[in-house]
Amino acid sequence: MAQQQTPARPGRSLVILTLAVIGLIVWAFWPGVPNSPQLGLDLRGGTQVILKPRALNDQTISDQQLQQTVEIIRQRVNGLGVAEAEVTTQGSGNNAAIIVSIPGVSDNGIAESLKQTALLDFRAVEAETAGSPQPIPTPSPSASASASATASPSASPTASVSASPSPSATGNGAPVPNLVRAATTTPSPTASASASPTAAASPSPSVSPTTPADALIPPIQSKTNDAALQKKFLELDCSVPGATSGGTPDDPALWLVTCSQDGQAKYLLQPAFIRGTNVTDASAALPQGGTTYVVNLSFDTEGQKKLAEVSQTIYQLSPPQNQFAIVLDSLVVSSPYFREPILGGTAQIEGTFTQQEAKALANVLKYGALPLTLDLSQSTSISPTLGDDQLKAGIAAGLLGLILVALYLLLYYRALGLIAVASLMVAGIITYCGFVVLGRTIGFTLTLAGIAGAIVAIGITADSFIVYFERIRDEIREGRTLRAACDAGWVRARRTILAADFVSLLAAIVLYLLSVGGVRGFAFTLGLTTLIDIAVAFLFTRPVVSLMSRNSWFSKGGPMTGLDPKRLGVDSIPTATTTRRRTRSSAGKEA
Amino acid sequence: MSRFGTLGANLYRGQVSYDFVGKRKIWYSISAVILVVAIGALLFRGLNLGIEFKGGAEFQVPASSATISQARDVAVKAGIAEPIVTQLGTGALRVQTRPLSLAETNALRTGLGEMASVPASDVDAQIVGPSWGADITSKALQALIVFLILVAIFLSVYFEWRMAVAALVALVHDVVITIGIYALTGFEVTPATVIGVLTILGYSLYDTVVVFDKVRENTRGIAGQSRVTYSEAANLALNQTLVRSINTTVVALLPVVSILIVGVWLLGAGTLKDLALALFIGLLAGAYSSLFIATPVLCQLKERDPAMQAVRARVEARNAGRATGKGKGGVAVLEGDEGDSGNADDASGADLASQVDADAEAAVRGGGGRNQPKRTTKRKR
Repeated sequence: MAQQQTPARPGRSLVILTLAVIGLIVWAFWPGVPNSPQLGLDLRGGTQVILKPRALNDQTISDQQLQQTVEIIRQRVNGLGVAEAEVTTQGSGNNAAIIVSIPGVSDNGIAESLKQTALLDFRAVEAETAGSPQPIPTPSPSASASASATASPSASPTASVSASPSPSATGNGAPVPNLVRAATTTPSPTASASASPTAAASPSPSVSPTTPADALIPPIQSKTNDAALQKKFLELDCSVPGATSGGTPDDPALWLVTCSQDGQAKYLLQPAFIRGTNVTDASAALPQGGTTYVVNLSFDTEGQKKLAEVSQTIYQLSPPQNQFAIVLDSLVVSSPYFREPILGGTAQIEGTFTQQEAKALANVLKYGALPLTLDLSQSTSISPTLGDDQLKAGIAAGLLGLILVALYLLLYYRALGLIAVASLMVAGIITYCGFVVLGRTIGFTLTLAGIAGAIVAIGITADSFIVYFERIRDEIREGRTLRAACDAGWVRARRTILAADFVSLLAAIVLYLLSVGGVRGFAFTLGLTTLIDIAVAFLFTRPVVSLMSRNSWFSKGGPMTGLDPKRLGVDSIPTATTTRRRTRSSAGKEA
Repeated sequence: MSRFGTLGANLYRGQVSYDFVGKRKIWYSISAVILVVAIGALLFRGLNLGIEFKGGAEFQVPASSATISQARDVAVKAGIAEPIVTQLGTGALRVQTRPLSLAETNALRTGLGEMASVPASDVDAQIVGPSWGADITSKALQALIVFLILVAIFLSVYFEWRMAVAALVALVHDVVITIGIYALTGFEVTPATVIGVLTILGYSLYDTVVVFDKVRENTRGIAGQSRVTYSEAANLALNQTLVRSINTTVVALLPVVSILIVGVWLLGAGTLKDLALALFIGLLAGAYSSLFIATPVLCQLKERDPAMQAVRARVEARNAGRATGKGKGGVAVLEGDEGDSGNADDASGADLASQVDADAEAAVRGGGGRNQPKRTTKRKR
């Protein structure tokens, strides 16, 4: 066979490996940069959300749509002000998944705000009441329906005069003329509670004691504002579980009965007059001298036209019909009323916003107009306590596994086992430094599954040594000298190790490419450690065994060497001079 | 330990050997029974799928004085009927429910936190959409198929197609048994379990590759001789690699066992336990199948090959002739071999069986009847 390929200079391999390992250690522990592996959320606490994009009407999702969605989610995540959050995609087309990792935050609510990257519509409000049906106000629907068409008494608030109707576009973001004022703001229930009563208070509340039989879940839609729809509007109870979970896209061309996101109010809404795609920009700003934030909006040409049309028609109506609803994912995010017609294509939503609320609303407006609907696949929140426990458990399992394997190897292979244990340590050092370096360079995060992969890899790595050692013993049984056996055994073991590791690597790669979430971390470490195994076997174990074979103590094969002739079933390990073999081994040639 | 050590030597020489290939019918029957039970369990009992596959929510409350019934009350009060509450080994409570909206999730989380007097953020929560499980399952199946195809190609190129077929038969055997055990015992199947099962694929093959490498070595040039049949040579290879197989399996199992122990003791449940359990079962099945299934199947395939049938016929004829002289049929006395190519260095006391390793011709020469079980030592040492 190919014995002549056996490296004759074990020293050189060792030097190369030593230099490489030192280099790696220096790289990993370079001062001023993180010197520990980047831990996954399951090890340090945090929230991971996996979202599945879904195109409307079962179309195929294009890469561009996906990219856009990810960009939007990333913006939103950044908007939350969480450091180190990560948004990644896996897969493509309709199999794509978007994975959002938010370390340090253990809150499922995040999933909610991320998922909101759905369809955004502006709809004129036909009727609005409190979310639960108990005090049901019946705003004589027929009357209000007709009223919406034509103008009526100018019941517009005094504030409407305040803004100058000059629609000139003055620098973007500058809080100027055109306006809308928020009657209802999303995020805080208190805000909407204080704001909506004014609107809802108007009609005579004739209480109908309807018991919500089969709970209605929005969106409830109809082609016309007919009696059936109005009945449903009255029956709708936004406090029913699921009523405010959203996620079902509504048809913008139909009338809509739905809830506000917080379930505090419910709405009967006209077909959409502006789609989210008509919004070109939205930003939160603090007006000069103002104390509360506003949201500035600008629209494209079509949006401007529609907005002008609609605002002119409805700004004079009495509440709630002078309002429009910003509908996201079929739930009402906000329902401001028009203070005046908006002709210039830019509008401003005022209200008692905090900076965060204004930002959130601006984000919804700006990025809400996604061509994709997002389904929540999985949302996991892990507290830092559990994360810490899992990390400790992972480390404990790793140490225990390492000790057990080391004991077994030492018991069975004695001094050879010591080489194996040393090899495992070298592999361990390389693996750890690899985790650190990869965490810094390609953002590799170590998860619990990853740690499990590394522990399982202890077995795979040790298996390579066993294959080699058994080969050496086989060769000695054939009457080779120790040195010849180490060389010849390596040539044969090498092929087996490479073939077996190749299969492991193949499994790791396939798993990595075709999996989502935790599986990937596992597959990655498994693959990485398999490669490290090959490197250590070739550059460390083999040269050390080779050096050892030149050692006279080993060559005699004492009981502690792991090469006890009695156990191997030979009289004694032949020395170079007593070898009876012809030229079958390199050692034979050398001898 | 030392007895085990010498066993290795005796196995190597064929002085002690087990007729894995010859007794295949016994082991095939055992496997068949296990497989039937496994498939039956899968069909009739089904798998106990975790919430990741069904969709739902899961909460984990840190260990506290709170009891299972308290946790159940909290959930019911939050309007969530029929929660499944279990206590983990660590004392933590696990609450599993139907799929919840985020509002419900937050409500329950707060409620559970109050119950255990910890902040809500210390209650771990997981919500899984109903499509998630289908996703992982289809991904896993995809991975399985792609991997099988790639491995079949690799093994066909590296070895030969028969070895690829035999290795894959053993692999499918392992996976079916593992899944069957899950169905039988009702262990919960989670995504981590799926990872574990997929990892078995690589592991089960590791052993098989090691054995097949040796089989190939032992059978090189076998067609041109008349002393051993393919099955005999393969059986010797199995015995020669037996110590290796046992050691690699033990060493592979040790870390898995430690993950299992730590996972159960320190964490009670979760990724570590699920992963390690699947690996543990799969590794045992893999070790079993690489000995009792993979090589016997390979031999059956090989023995259909006309060339190998010719070898068998020659070997049988030769043994029959020998039996008349020796009385003890089939046991070739090695020293009696006339040695067709007469390579002198075999005449030494060096073990004839070991020649298998040296080169193909030698392998063939030394092989006569070496796979006879319990053959007594007939050479002086």
